[in-house]
Amino acid sequence: MSEQVVIIGNGMAGARLAGELHARGGDRKVTVLGAEPHRAYNRIMLSTLLAGKVGESDVELAEVAGQGVDLRTGVTATAIDRVDRTVATDDGDRISYDHLVLATGSRALVPPLPGLDAPELPERVVPFRTLDDCRRILAVAGRARTALVLGGGLLGLEAARGLAARGLDVAVVHPVPYLMERQLDPAGAAVLAGTLAGLGVTTHLAVPATAVRADADGVRLDLADGRSLHADLLVLSCGVRPDTTLAAAAGLAVQRGVLVDDQLRTGDRRISAIGDCAQHDGAVSGLVAPAWAQARVVAQVLTGEDPLARYRPRPPVTRLKAAGIDLAAMGEPGGADGEELTFADPTRGTYARLRISGERLTGAILLGDNPAVGTVIQLFDRGQPVPADRRSLLLGRAFGTTAAEPATSPALMPDAATVCQCNNVSKGALVGCWRSGARTVDAVVAGTRAGTGCGSCRDAVAGIVGWLSEADSVEVAR
Amino acid sequence: MTDGARSATGTGDDPREVATHCPYCALQCGMTLRAEAGRVTVAARQFPTNRGGLCQKGWTAAELLDHPERLTTPLLRDRPGGELRPASWAEALDRVVTGIRAVQTGHGRDAVAVFGGGGLTNEKAYALGRFARVALRTRHIDYNGRFCMSSAAAAGMRAFGVDRGLPFPLSDLGRADTLLLVGANPAETMPPLVRWLTEQRERGGNLIVVDPRVTATARHADLHLQPLPGTDLAVANALLHVALTEGWVDREYVAGRTTGFDAVRRGVAGWWPARAEALSGVPVADIEATARALGTAERAIILTARGAEQHAKGVDTVTGFVNLALALGLPGRPGSGYGCLTGQGNGQGGREHGQKADQLPGYRRIDDPVAREHVAGVWGVPAEELPGPGVPAYQLLDSLGTAGGPKALLVFGSNPVVSAPRAARVEGRLRDLDLLVVADFLLSETAALADVVLPTAQWAEEDGTMTNLEGRVLRRRALREPPPGVRTDLAVLADLTHQLQGGAPSYRLVHRKGPLLTPKQEHGATPEHGAGAVDAADPRVVFAELRRASAGGVADYAGVSWERIDENDGVFWPCPDTDGPDTPRLFADRFGTPDGRARFHAVEHRPAAEEVCAAYPLHFTTGRVLAQYQSGTQTRRVAALRRVAPEAFVELHPDLAGRLGVAEGEPVRVVSRRGDMVAPARLSPGIRPDTVFAPFHWGGAARANSVTNDAVDPVSGMPEFKICAVRVEKVTEP
Repeated sequence: MSEQVVIIGNGMAGARLAGELHARGGDRKVTVLGAEPHRAYNRIMLSTLLAGKVGESDVELAEVAGQGVDLRTGVTATAIDRVDRTVATDDGDRISYDHLVLATGSRALVPPLPGLDAPELPERVVPFRTLDDCRRILAVAGRARTALVLGGGLLGLEAARGLAARGLDVAVVHPVPYLMERQLDPAGAAVLAGTLAGLGVTTHLAVPATAVRADADGVRLDLADGRSLHADLLVLSCGVRPDTTLAAAAGLAVQRGVLVDDQLRTGDRRISAIGDCAQHDGAVSGLVAPAWAQARVVAQVLTGEDPLARYRPRPPVTRLKAAGIDLAAMGEPGGADGEELTFADPTRGTYARLRISGERLTGAILLGDNPAVGTVIQLFDRGQPVPADRRSLLLGRAFGTTAAEPATSPALMPDAATVCQCNNVSKGALVGCWRSGARTVDAVVAGTRAGTGCGSCRDAVAGIVGWLSEADSVEVAR
Repeated sequence: MTDGARSATGTGDDPREVATHCPYCALQCGMTLRAEAGRVTVAARQFPTNRGGLCQKGWTAAELLDHPERLTTPLLRDRPGGELRPASWAEALDRVVTGIRAVQTGHGRDAVAVFGGGGLTNEKAYALGRFARVALRTRHIDYNGRFCMSSAAAAGMRAFGVDRGLPFPLSDLGRADTLLLVGANPAETMPPLVRWLTEQRERGGNLIVVDPRVTATARHADLHLQPLPGTDLAVANALLHVALTEGWVDREYVAGRTTGFDAVRRGVAGWWPARAEALSGVPVADIEATARALGTAERAIILTARGAEQHAKGVDTVTGFVNLALALGLPGRPGSGYGCLTGQGNGQGGREHGQKADQLPGYRRIDDPVAREHVAGVWGVPAEELPGPGVPAYQLLDSLGTAGGPKALLVFGSNPVVSAPRAARVEGRLRDLDLLVVADFLLSETAALADVVLPTAQWAEEDGTMTNLEGRVLRRRALREPPPGVRTDLAVLADLTHQLQGGAPSYRLVHRKGPLLTPKQEHGATPEHGAGAVDAADPRVVFAELRRASAGGVADYAGVSWERIDENDGVFWPCPDTDGPDTPRLFADRFGTPDGRARFHAVEHRPAAEEVCAAYPLHFTTGRVLAQYQSGTQTRRVAALRRVAPEAFVELHPDLAGRLGVAEGEPVRVVSRRGDMVAPARLSPGIRPDTVFAPFHWGGAARANSVTNDAVDPVSGMPEFKICAVRVEKVTEP
């Protein structure tokens, strides 16, 4: 009998694990239970879907259903029996497992505000978490002109940007004095707020919401400072909570998430947890990259490819990239240790703050046009030493890797300087050819082969011939 | 008649001249050779590819014709470890034939292997394949093109059903609004091609170069993406991701002309640009700008070359860019498309006519019963006597002299001791052979290991055809006879065939009599099977047979004649009919697949075969310099080129050099798990600080391929030349 692996969850983590297991082959039956009725989709693209740039089919992810993987969408796991090693489902089935992986993800938090306390949210109030949430937002947005977003974190701003791209007037309400406070500093957040304003997103900072009132015309959000904002749509982006209900009911250790070790195993060696629902070394990540790294480790261990594989978390990099916004944040850019590099051009929406300690990047905020952003992310992620010329971290390839030398005036060029790379012709050789009687560009080219390869030095050769002609006429006149 | 055929009527009297093409790279620049007062000179010639340009390699190509190190007599080694000594052709060929018979008697037919080259003419490549399958009846034949074109070839075949490097004329590059070069450095490898890039930019086009180094080509670019080596596939998938989200995918084209898009669409949905950015270091903004430039251009062309292809995931990397091109609707659209830049002089023709392990002439598969029947019919042998597929080049080289591997090897036009990956191991395998035969005109590092060295003619001494990077069949024309003591490869193969089949030696082949280039036969006429070696050594006769063998294949040369080439600046294959048109542009109406549609294949990035670690913390990548060609056997012996590029070097970033305490010009040792090389440091801010580079043109202690990884692509057999893990050490004692 082949090994039975059951994965609860068909989100970014669960679908990825199914793919990783499938890629490694072997005699194994994999069952994936997806509570949502859809194919696996890329949650990261939901804001693009909100923006109306892609259709639902474009956010589908590759899946391996039907290739040794039994994918059951629209089926919710209701209980785990760790003694019988079975999972009960809401369609009345009981599925046996040799190994069970929890990839139940997280749920959007609904803030405890008056007006949001009923079991069903009002029609015009929607969290931003799932594809169904997206559908509900779009259903309202289609006839909306204004939207409010409660929560100025990464996801809230992505939702705001997506809705603004649809042409809605969007306002973000954030209780903290500055946006994305977990990733940014006040100065960077101010630049970001300016960028958002240019994209049609206004921000109300440092003010908690106190109540939500839905009516026939729309939805009203009361603020602690006495203001009351009105819009056609309210999107809630107030954080998420790991979905640990099943694990807790099964008696597994749960704090914020399901506790796992370096191999993503819970206290029950036959049960693992990955992705948003897992708590490893005190941390619940909520990001894709760690979830996928965890899926890989579980696949390596379960298939025997590397029974000793360990999950080693890497410091996360937060990236917000949409038309008009380019933000990267990582590590701890603040503090007093080490060196600090800064660059700010708020008028053009550019801000950079980097912290270096022991020749390694320990934190960075890059906002706007920072050509070195790819380099900075790699140096941080890989812990590689920073360049000796720190300016290249702020200005990117503008430094050190510039192309051809600026055109030197022929008179100042040393004789040994190579003019034609393809045929290795120096300025001295061109002058020598001229002195031996060649008087036109064509004659100098024929005599030296300069410019007969790639041809890109022809202007330089012509310049030198022109200079020699002028110098010659001056000599004649004298 | 623009190809200068009229001037190609030398009579043997000085002065005379002939219109031919450069002996080196796949651009096959037109050149005129002139013999006067005992000297041969080169002049650039107008041809549609080089438009009168030549690089220094081309200008100096004739220097090897009468070079003091040229081989003009066969060499024999009497016992292992002994010295090579001059010998007569009779003795040398007898040694070869006796050796082959002994090995095949003792170990079976497959115990003799053949290794060819991408510089051989079509006639020679074809004759070599026939020699292996009919005279030796061994399945073991492969060639150095496996190290060069195999990944692009395999990706092209599986997507388009046809593998022609450029499916359009080179001139299309000059009119592209956006041109993306991935892992291509033509400013050093084929400089006259840059004229088309210059034209493209002067017309306002956008040139984007993907390369881990700021190469001479990258300096021409409007945008340079500088990814970590081995991450091109992630960049390709992210480019397609952006094209999808921005609505630049040509849905009508995808629906009407392709299959398999849905799987690719779902695959690249997982490659949002920030993910590729973290992996490759290419900023999201640059990925988006590249996708925009390609997706919104009227005419866009994507080209790959060795930088993208020489990986253990080379086929998938090329496929990633093919997927992008297909999604944007480029292939088959006038002025647009996907192509690869072929490397060696006949890298295209050399991969079409049967020197590949799994292949018969006309780009047919050797495991296809219909193909076997057809080719066996042309060769006059029963199809069941043709051997089956052999193994790819590295696998072949790695099996030499081992228990189950070949015991004898015949090498034509290749120098694997320098050009193969993990070269020290390959060198050891060659030493383990019972018999190593090398045909070459210089004593290459491989020839120096041989038991028998056979001196062969150079390009200016032979007629034949070459197929350039555009799939354009060209004429190579002889200026002069080979020197006394030297034979053409075709003559060598003809004599070996004759003797292996029990015939007497036919030494009258040593020199051809009568005027050069006078047709001895009506073109298209072929001798009866079993006719004498004289005919088999005549390239015109061999080409006529090649035409029949390729007829009906993917690469169909049936309608190509030498005269037609002369009259038309070459002929683009497929050209099935003498009276019908050739094919400058492929895919206008259909692709070469059974249903006529191009095929998408979902491809995923995977890590390099060897990743960096604490002991080997740097990425190592290899490549080329302008003044050297391939293993350097030829160009290292040209004085003018040696002056420009006298020795190997290790390129490293000044920051890395600073940490190692190495100054410009000081020797450094590059060490991998497989071996090391020593060369002077060359400091350059144009390379990533986590990566070092060395050119592979040199042997000995400076041999870059001592370091490279022999992991190969599972589809193409391409070794991973472009990335492995190394450490760099300062050399304290020379």
